[in-house]
Amino acid sequence: MLHILFVLYAISHKHCSSGEIPTMNGNKSFEPSCPLPSSDKKTVQLAHGGGGRLMQELIQDIFVRAFHNPLLAPMHDGATWPVEKGTLAFTTDSYVVRPLFFPGGDIGSLAVHGTINDLAMCGAKPLYLSAGFILEEGLSLDVLQQVVNSMAKAAQAAGVSIVTGDTKVVDRGKGDGIFINTAGVGLVPSGVRIAPTLIQPGDAILVSGDLGSHGVAVLSVREGLTFAGNVESDSAPLHEVVGDLMGSGVDLHCMRDLTRGGLASALNELATAAKVGMSIDESAVPVLEPVRGACELLGLDPLYVANEGRFVAMVPESQAETALAVMRRHAVSSKAARIGVVTGRHAPPVILQTVLGTHRILDLLSGEQLPRIC
Amino acid sequence: MKYVDEFRDRTVATALAERIKQTVTRPWTVMEVCGGQTHSIVRFGLDSLLPKDLTLVHGPGCPVCVTPIGLIDDAVRLARQPGVMLCSFGDMLRVPGSQGDLFGAKAAGADVRIVYSPMDAVELARANPDREIVCFAVGFETTAPPWAMAVVQAKASKLTNFSLLVAHVLVPPAMEAILSSPQNRIQGFLAAGHVCTVMGYEEYNAIAQKYLVPIVVTGFEPVDVLEGIAMLAGQLEAGRAEVENQYIRSVSRQGNRQAQAIVDEVFEPALRAWRGIGAIPRSGLQIRSTYAEFDASVRFRDVLASYGPAAQEDPECQSGLVLQGLLKPMDCPAFGSKCTPERPLGAPMVSSEGACAAYYRYRGTVRGKA
Repeated sequence: MLHILFVLYAISHKHCSSGEIPTMNGNKSFEPSCPLPSSDKKTVQLAHGGGGRLMQELIQDIFVRAFHNPLLAPMHDGATWPVEKGTLAFTTDSYVVRPLFFPGGDIGSLAVHGTINDLAMCGAKPLYLSAGFILEEGLSLDVLQQVVNSMAKAAQAAGVSIVTGDTKVVDRGKGDGIFINTAGVGLVPSGVRIAPTLIQPGDAILVSGDLGSHGVAVLSVREGLTFAGNVESDSAPLHEVVGDLMGSGVDLHCMRDLTRGGLASALNELATAAKVGMSIDESAVPVLEPVRGACELLGLDPLYVANEGRFVAMVPESQAETALAVMRRHAVSSKAARIGVVTGRHAPPVILQTVLGTHRILDLLSGEQLPRIC
Repeated sequence: MKYVDEFRDRTVATALAERIKQTVTRPWTVMEVCGGQTHSIVRFGLDSLLPKDLTLVHGPGCPVCVTPIGLIDDAVRLARQPGVMLCSFGDMLRVPGSQGDLFGAKAAGADVRIVYSPMDAVELARANPDREIVCFAVGFETTAPPWAMAVVQAKASKLTNFSLLVAHVLVPPAMEAILSSPQNRIQGFLAAGHVCTVMGYEEYNAIAQKYLVPIVVTGFEPVDVLEGIAMLAGQLEAGRAEVENQYIRSVSRQGNRQAQAIVDEVFEPALRAWRGIGAIPRSGLQIRSTYAEFDASVRFRDVLASYGPAAQEDPECQSGLVLQGLLKPMDCPAFGSKCTPERPLGAPMVSSEGACAAYYRYRGTVRGKA
């Protein structure tokens, strides 16, 4: 047995050690101690990140109450746990989203699902997460509570624990309410190897479900696009379906969760890394009608729109139907579909067969997709 | 999806392509006016379905692309003014002026907002009475009515902090400019369906008769474009030069009279410079004197005048030739090398309706590749 120390700042002291307190106008001033505003305030104060009593209250009342678990309980600088022989997977991601709450999720559940999914794509069983919060002065404590509760709920549902964390508060106007970073550790079962370099010409390319719902759901509430009103984010944890795929004996050559940049970006990254080509059948790619409609109106391509609960997988052709059957057993991937095939190397690497049977390239996007004029 | 899938039907598209092949007996060169049609052609590979004798040339119908560099510089300068909130459709933010683009201005601290509708900008003016809301009003006849409506609404609401920097252009004068050029090789036009939805197509009769070119008002989906080309090929082979309407589900002969009336209420035709092409008489819109307080070029006249004469376009950018159909994007020496979406020399490489952007995105950077 080996004990490892997970070296991230715990939800505890350390935040006001220099005595350097940001002032209201954003300049730094040196003060001998942290100010202690009244703790009955219902918004985040600078002192909530100041290391004093208010911060301790915030940690106990909101974070510890929501996340409580044996590894967090000692309130040490980091979480420790015993490990057996094997391979660990370790990942991190930061979450910024406006608005904080959107149909089908919020920044809290997103921060849990996203990091779980990064671990799952390595073939790992997610174990522990850290949570780092950057809070904007003036944020409603009720909002923070909702986000933290959502994180706790998402973590519990996925069977992972949030075992260490950190809080900082920035001046009003210097943040966007809440920014969250989560890092995660998972255990990769022995013998499991999943990597872009294992992708082979002839592999079938599968997606786990319909594309673009997350991006359109967030856009619809952010910009008040009522025509896309009933689209919900696809934000969801993927480790269970991935675990089932691995358990069913499918030889998963590679997987990637489809986040920013959507399917098109993931395929380009994988094809380039694997030094292969890919051929995608546009008519086989699942996209919900309201998502297609919103994308048509705005001039966006759903193949580039963000997802938070979808992945693409490359498996041997002979196992494609088995893999699809396994994926369709899970609600999160019930609309799994075969969308293309890995080919020999060519440049540009990803070719799309259009609905008309013609061909074009599916390239990386240059910058953000922008709504068109007419 | 209704009204989309049936116009992307492979069987129908293949049959139309076959009809075009059967119709065409000799070389013809035709232009699709609108950048939306260009993107449909390149995105769906429609040109690969056509007979070799039929050459498609991409037209000037990308409002972002034809906006002169001086106006983009004006927008950037106004965005940098203290107290100004500059509103624009998203498409315009990446277009390079001589001093960078609006994204650059935003990164440097300017308050630049993407709006989805002109009425959103009116709402911003209401909600921010202490700010000057300047809207970069770009587009063809299609987007002129909502901008006109925004001005009328702003006046009715007695807003004193709302104005338009107008870069609106009109399609028929550009078609005439192309046809009257000594270098012209266009023998027929696919007219822009959405422009005609607003304006109707009566005004195209005079062009068809004067220059003896057939004009087919055409939609944007693959089946629309192929059907428009089939109708155009039929006229060319028969020696006819008439105005026909393929886009009947959206366009009527008279167009939308109410939309035309509100445009006429707020705007009047004016001389307008087209990027890479030059000045064309009565090819743009300007705000009438009765609404002068909503004209940013009047409201900020002193600020804009302080910067001196307008900058010149980068001589390496051949977008003027591309926009007139005289040069294919991939035949430009800078395409994909000195000019990319990340570092554009001209607007056609970054606009979602730009021909260069369409080729770069859907065909890649291999020059000469069809």
